[in-house]
Amino acid sequence: MAFFSRLKSGLAKTKANFLDKIASTVGIHKKIDEELLSQLEKTLLEADLGVTATEKILNGLKERVKKEKIEASDKIIGLLKEEIGKLLDSSGTTSTTVGTAKLRVIMIVGVNGNGKTTSIGKLANYYKEQGRKVLLAACDTFRAAAIEQLEIWAKRAGAEIVKNQPKADPAAVAFDAIKSAVSQNIDVVIVDTAGRLQTKVNLMEELKKIKKVMGKALPGAPHEILLVIDSTTGQNALSQVERFSQAVEITGIILTKLDGTAKGGIIIPIVSELKIPIKYVGIGEKIEDLEVFEPREFVEALFE
Amino acid sequence: MFTELSSKFDKIFNKLRGYARLSESNIKEALKEVKVALLEADVNYKVVKDFISSIEQKSLGQETFKGVKPGQLLIKLVYDELVELLGKENKPLRFSGTEPTVFMLTGLQGSGKTTTCGKIAKFYEKKGKRPLLVAADIYRPAAIEQLKILGKNLKIPTFSQDAKPLKICREAFEHAKQNGFDLVIIDTAGRLHIDEALMKELAEIKSELKPQEVLLVVDGMTGQDAVNIAASFEQKVGIDGVILTKMDGDTRGGAALSIRAVSGKPIKFIGVGEKTDALELFYPERIASRILGMGDVVSLVEKAQESIKIEEAEKLEKKLKGERFTLEDFYDQLQQIKRMGPLESVLGMVPGMGKFKGMEMDEKALTKVEAIICSMTKKEKVSPNIIDGSRRKRIASGSGTSIQDVNKVLKQFAMMEKMVKNFQKMDLKKISKMFSLVNYSQ
Repeated sequence: MAFFSRLKSGLAKTKANFLDKIASTVGIHKKIDEELLSQLEKTLLEADLGVTATEKILNGLKERVKKEKIEASDKIIGLLKEEIGKLLDSSGTTSTTVGTAKLRVIMIVGVNGNGKTTSIGKLANYYKEQGRKVLLAACDTFRAAAIEQLEIWAKRAGAEIVKNQPKADPAAVAFDAIKSAVSQNIDVVIVDTAGRLQTKVNLMEELKKIKKVMGKALPGAPHEILLVIDSTTGQNALSQVERFSQAVEITGIILTKLDGTAKGGIIIPIVSELKIPIKYVGIGEKIEDLEVFEPREFVEALFE
Repeated sequence: MFTELSSKFDKIFNKLRGYARLSESNIKEALKEVKVALLEADVNYKVVKDFISSIEQKSLGQETFKGVKPGQLLIKLVYDELVELLGKENKPLRFSGTEPTVFMLTGLQGSGKTTTCGKIAKFYEKKGKRPLLVAADIYRPAAIEQLKILGKNLKIPTFSQDAKPLKICREAFEHAKQNGFDLVIIDTAGRLHIDEALMKELAEIKSELKPQEVLLVVDGMTGQDAVNIAASFEQKVGIDGVILTKMDGDTRGGAALSIRAVSGKPIKFIGVGEKTDALELFYPERIASRILGMGDVVSLVEKAQESIKIEEAEKLEKKLKGERFTLEDFYDQLQQIKRMGPLESVLGMVPGMGKFKGMEMDEKALTKVEAIICSMTKKEKVSPNIIDGSRRKRIASGSGTSIQDVNKVLKQFAMMEKMVKNFQKMDLKKISKMFSLVNYSQ
């Protein structure tokens, strides 16, 4: 299973930290007691799960320990796995409308510096490998050299690119890109947008406009809007998901930089509280370091 | 910045208002909520624990004084602890005596190094330095190009070369020496702190160039991992200080609290916007009062001094003292406020502003107001009461807005006018008294 093993190696650091702590805790405490639970609380909080999700998991754990009369501490990892799995599953469905449109338009949004452009390069490669014709739209006309950066990725992935001058209207670039994709029989258009903090009202308005204009170029576009989140982000990721969802309808999340020591625990409250599915994870700097996210396997890889 | 955290604190302290004195039980209750607020703000778990137990100990022996409410007493304790945690004072960056000074910026990918390089260069250029930007990020696609464009926009030269980072830095330093640059700012590639090879590269550059300051750039939205990142960079490269970026969003900024506490490294600057001048020196006391929603009057006054011209201020003072306040003055004032930097960061310094949770500032809205005022005739600006229905219609279509927008501006102006009238009646001693009430630390 490619995802599983690759994720496992990508997650090596993440996992080592996460598990070592739990394992050593379990080693010291033979019985499930308050001390062990407070150690678990610490581990979960330090993995960025946040106060609410941590409480939810621990309460679920306590309830089961009581109900099923579990005493031995080595059972705790299994229980924890199930509880976290439950939360990651609670979004119900992780697949969104695939749609029947011949041309698929994917819009990528997010705050500054979380890896949007790199993820687009990887995503382009992912679709190219499936034999699709891919076109990238350079709609980050704001940041210095963002267009050049996307061009390099387009070359690496063997994708077409539509661009304009820096400071050009991003909505116009998106429009041109989709029109050009239709005439060139392209299968997938991936639209890069400038990074923006979710509290900047005018920039969020701009995002709405880009989306609207895309719909004018091709009814139904964009078919997917993916929010990129850096896995080192803390609780602010929740605000990012909320605010970006309010502006444009987010259909899924790309979680990047999972190859660091950050545990990416923030995805648990994102999925369980905000019900937005994780679609892909980025686990390295190479073009093939992008994987489709599978919640169950993610939990397994975290504990394996 | 910090508005979420300060509104949480506000609620917690308000609850204590009803009690006559601090007891063990009401402190425990409040501190439990402080703990959750800090954790939700991404403050490191260990730091939170120490923070709480320290306050708990200090608060127990505390007698409440006559006239001091328990809530206020706890605020003071939390404030003192925050200042302690944030590092008390801001020490300026070090400069070399003879040779060019070298600053080296390091950090994870996407933390904002390149943008911050430009901001720092501009910050010190304003203070009379001659900075040179050095593009040592040879890995990320178009990173060199990005720094070059940034430099071009700022009119600050950029040094780049097709070579290994160490060689680039070495040559850049020589170039600086020969061409009269006295400040070399190195933009290094973003890297994961667990990437041994790339961390070694940084250590090599450091040992060769001996920078006066190695600065770690950290995304202000970073979660619990912030302390690991800071600790690794300190251990493998050795850092002198930290710059927190993207602090202009709604991040609760817990990373600021934990990095200093865990690594012992001071926070030097915070990035508060995308514009090249959106960089502020980090003052622990001021930040602590912002976190607690007490505002930051000192920074506000400094900002005003920097950006408001003396003649303008004198003109305004005259207006405030006696003359009539017109829409033209209103317009002038908007221009001055805009010059002070991003609106959110300016408002964050105003005492009590933290309480307006979820208040969002739209700079575009200001542009609208400007357009509306510009579409008025001179007569209308001086005596706005002549603006009737048909004039409103004309102004709206002239400024590309709606009649409702025009109404709103006129209403805002009427309120302003009233405030100015009150201000004229008030004496200045009263105002300064008002501000000192806000400063609980005294």
